[in-house]
Amino acid sequence: MRRFIFYRLLQAIPVILAVITVTFFLVRTAPGGPFDSEKAVLPEVQRALEAQYKLDLPLHEQFFAYLGDLAQGDLGPSFKYPGRSVNEILFSGLPVTAELGFYALCIALVIGVLAGVLASLKPNTPQDYIPMSLAMIGICMPSFLLGPLLVLLFGITLEWLPISGWGDIPGDKILPSITLGSAYAAYIARLSRAGMLEILSQDYIRTARAKGLPEWQVVTRHALRGGLIPVIAFLGPAFAGLLAGSFVVETIFQIPGLGRFYVQAAFNRDYTMILGTTVFLSTLIILFNLASDVIAAWLNPRLRSQYQRGTR
Amino acid sequence: MRSISQALIGFSVMLILAACGAGESNVVQGNRDGILHYGNGAEPQGLDPHVVTGVPENHIIRALFEGLAVKNPITLEPEPGVAERWEFSDEGRVITFFLNPNARWSNGEQVTADDYVWSWDRALHPNTGNLYAYMLYPVANAEAYAKGEITDFSAVGVKALNDTTLQVTLNTPTPYFIQLMDHYSTFAVHPETLLQFGEKTDRFTPWTRVGNIVTNGAFTLEEWSLNRRIIVKKSPLYWDRDRVSLNGVVFYPTENVVSEERMFRVEQLHYTNVVPLDKIPNYRAMPDSPYVQSAYLGTYYYLLNTDRPPVDDVRVRQALALAVDREQLVRTVLEETAFPAYSITPPDTLGYYPPRLFDYDPDRAQVLLSEAGYPNGEGWPGIEIIYNTQEAHRKIAVAIQQMWKKTLNIDVTISNQEWKVYLNSVSQRDFQVARRGWIGDYVDPNNFLDLFITDGGNNNTGFANAKYDDLILYRAPRAASREERYALFTEAETMLMEQMPIVPIYTYTSKHLIHPSVEGIYPNLMDSLNLKYVTLNPDRRLTRATD
Amino acid sequence: MTESTVFNQAEQGSSLWLDAWLRLRRNKLAVFGGVVLLLLICIALLTPWIAPYSYEAQDLDLGASGPTSAHWLGTDVFGRDLLTQIMYGGRVSLAVGFVATAVALLIGVTWGAVAGYVGGRVDAVMMRLVDILYALPFMIFIVLLMVVFGRNVLLLFLAIGAVEWLTMARIMRSQVQSLRQQEFVEAAVSLGLSPWTIIWRHIVPNALGPIIVYTTLTIPSVMLLEAFLSFLGLGIQPPQTSWGLLISYGAETMEEYPWLLIFPGLTLTLTLFSLNFLGDGLRDALDVRGSKD
Repeated sequence: MRRFIFYRLLQAIPVILAVITVTFFLVRTAPGGPFDSEKAVLPEVQRALEAQYKLDLPLHEQFFAYLGDLAQGDLGPSFKYPGRSVNEILFSGLPVTAELGFYALCIALVIGVLAGVLASLKPNTPQDYIPMSLAMIGICMPSFLLGPLLVLLFGITLEWLPISGWGDIPGDKILPSITLGSAYAAYIARLSRAGMLEILSQDYIRTARAKGLPEWQVVTRHALRGGLIPVIAFLGPAFAGLLAGSFVVETIFQIPGLGRFYVQAAFNRDYTMILGTTVFLSTLIILFNLASDVIAAWLNPRLRSQYQRGTR
Repeated sequence: MRSISQALIGFSVMLILAACGAGESNVVQGNRDGILHYGNGAEPQGLDPHVVTGVPENHIIRALFEGLAVKNPITLEPEPGVAERWEFSDEGRVITFFLNPNARWSNGEQVTADDYVWSWDRALHPNTGNLYAYMLYPVANAEAYAKGEITDFSAVGVKALNDTTLQVTLNTPTPYFIQLMDHYSTFAVHPETLLQFGEKTDRFTPWTRVGNIVTNGAFTLEEWSLNRRIIVKKSPLYWDRDRVSLNGVVFYPTENVVSEERMFRVEQLHYTNVVPLDKIPNYRAMPDSPYVQSAYLGTYYYLLNTDRPPVDDVRVRQALALAVDREQLVRTVLEETAFPAYSITPPDTLGYYPPRLFDYDPDRAQVLLSEAGYPNGEGWPGIEIIYNTQEAHRKIAVAIQQMWKKTLNIDVTISNQEWKVYLNSVSQRDFQVARRGWIGDYVDPNNFLDLFITDGGNNNTGFANAKYDDLILYRAPRAASREERYALFTEAETMLMEQMPIVPIYTYTSKHLIHPSVEGIYPNLMDSLNLKYVTLNPDRRLTRATD
Repeated sequence: MTESTVFNQAEQGSSLWLDAWLRLRRNKLAVFGGVVLLLLICIALLTPWIAPYSYEAQDLDLGASGPTSAHWLGTDVFGRDLLTQIMYGGRVSLAVGFVATAVALLIGVTWGAVAGYVGGRVDAVMMRLVDILYALPFMIFIVLLMVVFGRNVLLLFLAIGAVEWLTMARIMRSQVQSLRQQEFVEAAVSLGLSPWTIIWRHIVPNALGPIIVYTTLTIPSVMLLEAFLSFLGLGIQPPQTSWGLLISYGAETMEEYPWLLIFPGLTLTLTLFSLNFLGDGLRDALDVRGSKD
């Protein structure tokens, strides 16, 4: 297992390098530059700006200079926010988005797995239909709709909860977490129901039942392990998607997170910011995908033995 | 697993705590403590007056810094800022500013004329890359210096005669120059502070951060949390501090206008940057309405590319302009939040009224189109409107598309483009019809009319007319009186609207929700708010719209 | 011996599909879902002929008005008939839902199955490629596509599909990895069947459950992604519309003009429920092991 993780981490280096290279040249080919604005920029000003940000150097030199800075952990200055470094912006937004994502994922997992397992135990009964219909509504309900609905109900009509901010007023973290988590809860419910149904029809579960184990033990001891594999496979990308997808929630609730920078950097052609967020996000994605593979392997005894033999 | 369950418990506790009452609103608390909660539209790019370019930056920078002269919020006429008075000589070509000896930097030092010379050098220096450097181009030799044609700043027309006397020499008499002193690109910065963190012309040093920044305005910077809020508090050293009633202001980067309106509704904000169009009728209907709308110095128009068929034909351009029913547009889609525009300069720009040469006239439009060779739209090659992605622009484009189709029986497509793609299309003139807006930098018709000089950076239409250039660039600045100057402007604008390189659509208004407890915000053409005149009156409450 | 086994397999295969069809027909919810979907698709195809109004026709002075006898579902701020808008929107949404999902399904399933089945270096390289694509900034990617290839609805569908297949590939791969170890696959390997046959005949049908579920999840998410992109100016152009766009406009004015949100929302919900019922029915009908009971 340790070997497996080691090799995967080793593989991560070329992956990240490839991501950086492709992104670096991709963003430069997009029309428009970081300094374009509605009022025409005088040519002399444009030249001065390009000189200040070293955009006047040949592209390959810029690329190697960037890699050099990156090796020292420096993601460069932001183009859109002069005076701020990309590092600084990332580290100001990261804790907020990570916290938001964590709460959202917790909500999603608890509700999703619970609903999915309940539904799978008695398929085609109300115990199946009700949670699954709710999950379906959760999927139909994009966060740009659910967010405002929750705000109108709990924030404005009932006046129970604050409707904006993050950590300013007690309770202001609740609505955004629910908004972001609910779509994932719906996905997880569907995936875990399907996975569980798959497993519950397998022979070893029948054996376990035949042995006379109580149903809840059959579920928790035997079925959950295999039944949640699709959920685990989904979680890696989901967490990455959570960070990128928090853009909408962060905008609705005025949360100072990373999602807003991630999306807006692309629109601002803030080259260093795009690269910085991408490098950061790709590292996260690789780590989370690795983690979800490891957990899936751990849950699946057959695969586990394979990893332990070290065949890959 | 344990940490997850802990987080869940923590979360439940939070929920219970929150359910026990969300506490006092920002407005109630702010009214008690003298703190204004201000919806500012977006996170500012920065706070360096010679680097940034936007409107949200303007609001904060003008709270922190003060120019030589400021605008009176009611009349918009210049009144003393750092300069207590100024004198014109040499027929208006030389202005002498007498600085207020009590004007102080927030570190206690006096604001001197030398600070201005140093700052204007920085604002104009080619290495700084100041997008608003052209604000100082009326100053003698400033343009040459900014373009790197001369490198000796002492040749530029700005001199410190002593600590409190600043002499500025202009190229030609420039009636609006004093107004420009309230624009942040002409503000002074504290030289020693900047030099402490880097070179004079560096754009990205941390000198504007809390703890570093030294300012000279009515407020000082207290907190700057990225994308969360910026807090300023009253400066104890500001020369006119007795007039300042607020103890502080909290600026929120309210990017989402719908969220901003909701924050206002639950009294988290005193003041909103804008109001969503669909909410306006409800707010208007409220007793003691917090909705405040006033004319705004800006024009919304469509650029026509005079080099691209079919709009290279002046008759087609006129037909398109005549086929837009602006009255209906304003009444319906725009919810009466704009004024129909028939020219580029907004009416009553410092007493100037643009000529009105045409009206909504579908019959005449059809005639013009058939004269151009497309009777009843036959043979029409098709035309595309581009705009940058925004709900308001979409609405206008969809309505105008329909008006053109219906009146002229022609094929019109719409294309919305992502912001930078749109900017690229407009500057490369890769379009037939493109949406455009212009907000005045200062109150003078010149600011609108000099857009269309030949090859002007913001012309974007291909309109080129030597006589027009002559009127705007040479004759108007040398006019002996305001009447003569305005007559020249009228002549130029008439030429412009006969050639119709643009389809004017409407004149902007500024739209805000202002809590009844806020006093001293005066609606004006520049949407200019001077926070030093604002007071809070806790006795005035908001009537809730939902009840 | 080998030949006859293959022959038998094939025969079993065809009766498997027939069995599945019979079982599907017995599932009332699935039939309901199927009928509704078929109906929606027919309406979408016939819209240009049966829509009550032209989708561009405006009545600015009427503006946004609630349901009346002239406009059954009301009108939007331009006074355009909402029913007509929903009908035309359905054409775009259903097309993007099915085309993009089909693209995602095809690439994702093949990719994941091959990676999971072959394993080793091939798996590592293929999945690292997926990692790279995951990490690229999606917005820039779409902007570039639009600029390079111009605005083209079909391209938009392909672009969305090209993004959505990644998760599909990961799910498929994890399924295949666990199935690969099972006895029946090992048996097939020992019989000397080609990997391609094993993947398509033995592994993919057994992994159908999660695939179908994920597919029914992908269709709504691509519909919403289309709305998000269109909203940002990277998708379809007004006055063309889609359900996702109608909902996002409706969400902004839900307090003033609730019908602009409710009706498109209901349409989308109905579609997704139908898809879901059909998907679940298909999954149950195709479940080989379940049929042994």
